[in-house]
Amino acid sequence: MRILLDKFSKSFGSTKVIEAMDLEVGSGEMLALLGPSGCGKSTTLFAICGIHRPTAGRILFGDRDVTNLPSQERNVGVVFQSYALYPHMTVEENIGFPLTVRRLPASDIKRRVAEISALVHIDNLLGRRPSQLSGGQQQRVALARALIRRPDVLLLDEPLANLDAKLRLEMRSEIRRLQKETGITAILVTHDQVEAMSMCDRIAIMKEGEIVQIATPSEMYNDPRSAFVAGFLGNPPISFLKGKALGGAFVSDDGNFRLPLGSLRDIGDGRALTLGIRPEHFGPDGDLAIEGKVVFAETQGRENLYDVVLADGSVLRSIQPVRDDVKLGDCVRWNLSSEAAFVFAEDGRRL
Amino acid sequence: MADKTQISVNFSSVPVIFLLTLVSLPLVLMYTYLFVDTISNSEAGSLIPNELTLEHWRFLWEIRPGKASIWLVTLNTFIFAASITAVILIVSSMAGYVLSRLNVPARGLLLAGVMVLHAFPSVTLIISIFIVLQYVGLYNSLIGVILVKAAIDMPLGIWLMKGFYDTVPWEIEMAGLVDGASRFTVWRRLVLPQIKPAIMALGLFSFLTGWSEFILPQVLAPGAQVQVLSVYLASLIADDNNFDFATFKAVGVFYVVPVLILYVFFQKHLMNIYGGGTKG
Repeated sequence: MRILLDKFSKSFGSTKVIEAMDLEVGSGEMLALLGPSGCGKSTTLFAICGIHRPTAGRILFGDRDVTNLPSQERNVGVVFQSYALYPHMTVEENIGFPLTVRRLPASDIKRRVAEISALVHIDNLLGRRPSQLSGGQQQRVALARALIRRPDVLLLDEPLANLDAKLRLEMRSEIRRLQKETGITAILVTHDQVEAMSMCDRIAIMKEGEIVQIATPSEMYNDPRSAFVAGFLGNPPISFLKGKALGGAFVSDDGNFRLPLGSLRDIGDGRALTLGIRPEHFGPDGDLAIEGKVVFAETQGRENLYDVVLADGSVLRSIQPVRDDVKLGDCVRWNLSSEAAFVFAEDGRRL
Repeated sequence: MADKTQISVNFSSVPVIFLLTLVSLPLVLMYTYLFVDTISNSEAGSLIPNELTLEHWRFLWEIRPGKASIWLVTLNTFIFAASITAVILIVSSMAGYVLSRLNVPARGLLLAGVMVLHAFPSVTLIISIFIVLQYVGLYNSLIGVILVKAAIDMPLGIWLMKGFYDTVPWEIEMAGLVDGASRFTVWRRLVLPQIKPAIMALGLFSFLTGWSEFILPQVLAPGAQVQVLSVYLASLIADDNNFDFATFKAVGVFYVVPVLILYVFFQKHLMNIYGGGTKG
């Protein structure tokens, strides 16, 4: 089912958290709300599930206006960051609770609990209490409880934040599998760009209560609208160089190096610029040579990560297939691919 | 080496135990004689009993002249203590939740007001309460004194419950709402079970204070038919014509036995009041 936020605003007392936000999530789509903490993504989520009432604007599920409907009548499933399992109930009672409060016959509840717990692979744990489960199992119980009454919308609030790295990887694909199998519209709130990119069809990046950009993961990675978006996506992160435009080239502030870039042709001389270069676009291959000194080297097994300090003190990151010939403190002359560099104006807008 | 420290740790508490024993010996003696005197007779001035007897326990099967049956009085006490427990539990578990979770206008004022009420010793109110009960026709009735006692103990219960509710995570409630439960169901089925230890503790606590309450029933319900044990006990010693100290002690023992039993079984739960109530 489609979800539409129309000029949605939310403030707590005099603090405005979100102002006039528009967002559309297509039916069966999984969308990530990605942003730093405090940007209003959880507030948005809680407004969609009806816990927070919007200060202004409308929320639509399909064509139904649910703005003033209480949570109970919205048919949304939510997985909370802390899972919020009911500690005094068994797994079976936890999963069945949404049906129990609807007074479904006990035999139906039992059957559907069995179905859904088989789907999330916890059918052998039904008799246990939440405190007897591992983090990953609790996560699955929370998912099952959210899915059991076939909600129109599935909301996930940082669902993987409390899991260890290996489980996180596993649950990432597990949640995506369930979402695809059930064809449910889902919104994932996260501050982890890897989660957002790997699990979702589209990403909405939020900053200070506003959506900065909505796009598919690859579009957003290759075509960020602002320096903030470029800086948020990618691991290891992009590096930025400060400088200005001069005769169709980017010149560092102290004038030590010059990068002729085709994309700068129409930009007036002297305009302050920021250049964004992803680590994979700086290395042995490329068309523009830059000299610098390696100040940090890290082996990640398959790849090496280097920090290179340039003459003006700014740092470029480089990620390359493993090699042993470069050591800490070496002076290197590596190349940029000028095509792949992003040019941002002083205010962070992409040019 | 490890053994040596183990021993010294054990022995380091010996002087403390010795000292405590010495200090509490008079108390032990008093309790011993409280019991011994109820089942024996001794010469005046002697500490050694010279005969065993059950005559002091006669009150259990004989009705003393001018007094109510001990069993009626016990039943009254039980009804009294159980009713105030029920009233306090029901009201404080709901009021605590409301004050902890819902957006009540003037919540701070309410909380402060409840606290101020708790600060009043009930004795200061007793004359006005007497007049009020007289006026509404509840004087000399169990219902009247139950309501008064429950009302006076309520502030503590409300604050205690609020403290416990504050420790229940919000997410559980949010999850309940999203799962389709009404606010009342959320409270009843999801939140209340989380604070079961507090309910248990407050219930026991209320029962025990009800059981031991003296001044309110004495003033507000002194009649023979609605007497409670503490009032009965006081009337024994106030009765100059049939002065019988041994029977007085026997009734005292009879009065304290249920309390002891409760303590033995529920000590752990009672400790929760002190352990958990101050959290968050």
